[in-house]
Amino acid sequence: MKAVVAWLDERTGCKKLVHEALYENVPGGARWRYVWGSTLLFTFAVQVITGIFLWMAYSPSSQTAWESVFFIQYQMTGGWLLRGLHHFTAQAMNVLLVLHLLQVVIDGAYKAPREVNFWFGLLLLLLVLGLSLTGYLLPWDQKGLAATKVSTNLIAVAPVFGTFLQKLIVGGPEYGHHTLTRFFALHAGVLPGMVIALIFGHVYLFRKHGITAKRPLRRPDAAFWPDQVFRDAVACLAVLAAVLGLILAPHWLNPSAPLGAELGAPADPSQPFSAARPEWYFLFLFQFLKYFPGTSEIWGAIVIPTFLLLLVFLLPVFARWKSGHRFNLAFLFALLGGAILLTFEAMREDRADLNFQAAIASTKWQAERVKELAASPNGIPIIGAVALLREDPLTQGPLLFAKHCASCHRFGGTDALGAIPKDPPAASDLKNFASRQWLAGLLDPARIQTVHYFGATKFKEGKMARFVTKKVAAFGPAEKEKLGKAIAAVSAQAQLKGQRAADAADAPTIEAGQKIIREELNCTDCHSFLMPDENATAPDLTGYGSEDWVVRFISNPAADEFYGSRNDRMPAFGKDKILDEKSIRLLSNWLRGEWYEPKEAADSKLATALPKNPALNE
Amino acid sequence: MEAPCENCDQNRRHFLKEAGAIAISGVAVAVPAAAGLAVFLDPLRRRSGPSELVRVASLESLPKDGSPKQFSIVADRTDAWNRYASVPVGAVYLRRAGDKVEALNVVCPHAGCFVNYLSDRKQFLCPCHNSLFALDGSLANLKSPSARAMDALEVELRNGTEIWVRFQNFQTGKPEKIPAA
Repeated sequence: MKAVVAWLDERTGCKKLVHEALYENVPGGARWRYVWGSTLLFTFAVQVITGIFLWMAYSPSSQTAWESVFFIQYQMTGGWLLRGLHHFTAQAMNVLLVLHLLQVVIDGAYKAPREVNFWFGLLLLLLVLGLSLTGYLLPWDQKGLAATKVSTNLIAVAPVFGTFLQKLIVGGPEYGHHTLTRFFALHAGVLPGMVIALIFGHVYLFRKHGITAKRPLRRPDAAFWPDQVFRDAVACLAVLAAVLGLILAPHWLNPSAPLGAELGAPADPSQPFSAARPEWYFLFLFQFLKYFPGTSEIWGAIVIPTFLLLLVFLLPVFARWKSGHRFNLAFLFALLGGAILLTFEAMREDRADLNFQAAIASTKWQAERVKELAASPNGIPIIGAVALLREDPLTQGPLLFAKHCASCHRFGGTDALGAIPKDPPAASDLKNFASRQWLAGLLDPARIQTVHYFGATKFKEGKMARFVTKKVAAFGPAEKEKLGKAIAAVSAQAQLKGQRAADAADAPTIEAGQKIIREELNCTDCHSFLMPDENATAPDLTGYGSEDWVVRFISNPAADEFYGSRNDRMPAFGKDKILDEKSIRLLSNWLRGEWYEPKEAADSKLATALPKNPALNE
Repeated sequence: MEAPCENCDQNRRHFLKEAGAIAISGVAVAVPAAAGLAVFLDPLRRRSGPSELVRVASLESLPKDGSPKQFSIVADRTDAWNRYASVPVGAVYLRRAGDKVEALNVVCPHAGCFVNYLSDRKQFLCPCHNSLFALDGSLANLKSPSARAMDALEVELRNGTEIWVRFQNFQTGKPEKIPAA
């Protein structure tokens, strides 16, 4: 061993290098207050290690970025831990940067002859913020894209070159593949390269000038190794423990919380996202911007922050003045205090903002739902996970209903998103439409003329209502039983997912019901059922409530097979091109409860049963 | 005779600090490295599913003279997070052998190139390193770089005309036929 070291040393001078690195003199001996620089170096090393491994599984394009991060997080061994470490160490790094800056200024380590090193440090701080900003986009989830849109739009505010610069950073006029490739190249190549170069300069200058010892010296001088290294190592381990705590604690406190870093729903540049907020350490800038209305935005976004930053760069110059150091301390603490105040104010406003809270709840629900869909046996379509939500009846149904149907209809008394529309209902409540329970209500003399069914339509006094209020009202027990069978038979036409087991079990009843409909209750006097009838005057009961039936009905309720010329006010959504076929089909499937549900929530990697769409609950 | 130990205590403390510093920084770096390695090694636990018989061609489409014809194998494929339904996953040579059908994987067992059929010589030649195989897939030239014959695949003739093949890839470069994981 010794021979090898000697051989190597002769050729490289490594012994001297190691000696210089380890036996740097620490005036007054090792102290805990000197650990901040080392913890930063450590966090950077963690980011390089975890970053390179993440790189091996990450795929930067708008169709694969979210998908590959999902795969890392939920399908690869230890992926949640790796991503959690990278995510939370980035946050720790921002905090440590501030602590390091404070310690350097408090101890006067920024003063001559160490100005250049102070500036190196500030440049490193800016680079790390750049790494945070670029890294936030890479999962290509809703919040990442929203935050990036804001920050890149702010660049456009800059005079003269703003719009050019924005286009260059975004990689074109729209956010997409090239936004990701550019941000990834910056995040994993350019910025870390610059950080490494600056760290060399920073450490070199630090060694050149030596530690700025805290006076008075309490103990005799000591070498860096092992006393200070020991303290540094303990501090690094404490940082790691804190990061692991951030990854694990939410899950320990609430087992349904996701492990590690959050992954929102995939970015959809075509959709509004009202829960847009930057990462917490940029909240002060976000809040600051609120105070600059209209065209004064450039002051809040660029001029004032740049000016304040310039002042920080000039701290070593101010330090030359009498009481300059004290001014610097006051200035820095004022700046930090201001940032903290702004951060709290931003959080306070958000907590009080019910719309924002609703947006957060909705985006969280979407994030869980899309992961459920992505983990389904069909996997993620090649056009990307964003299509999973776009084509999911459970996600789109309530949105479509609230927008297009809720002005007349209700869904469980609301507009399907939880709000109760101002105008009273003008058509039936469609929750559980076509189910036995819903049909039983329709055929109940006490209920058919309420607003829940025909009460607010012109069918309130129609033939059907008359049939129910006169004939059905007079039914004896035997006829009531027959009616029940008929209801089961009509409802079975809908092939509802929730009724599949009951339909299969009641096959004989349903068959009997079909006969009763035609031969005993005389429904087929007006309706056609299971066989075409040109003289039918009421909606076709063949396939009643099935996917295609509902699609055709929404497309054109005034078609001959439905209400014909006696249609009330319902628009022909398909015929008049109010909705496209895809949206109508989504509505149909949603109304019928037809959407993907994981077989066993406990079996899936997500391990948590998806709570109901908050929109449906409230 | 033992030397008097003046700084024993100090030395011990010094040593503990050194060992502690090394151990603690080792742990601090090992945790992220271990998480990264776990993800890096993840592919090792992934296996391709059991191969199923897939319908490839009909008997009529094979030349009567027993010369081979190449067919694509269409099956479902999983690529990390994407699942593809009915995409080409490989190819086989099929040929009549008496009243039976033989199937050979087109992949050369040497290094994995697709072999060509030379109809004039009635042999298979690999375009990469010139491995030469006879019509039945056996090595036609013992100087061939390939360590084994072409990989025969299980064939089933259904209803007298449908050719079903259990498509499978095998590890290349080895004298034995070992299924590729």
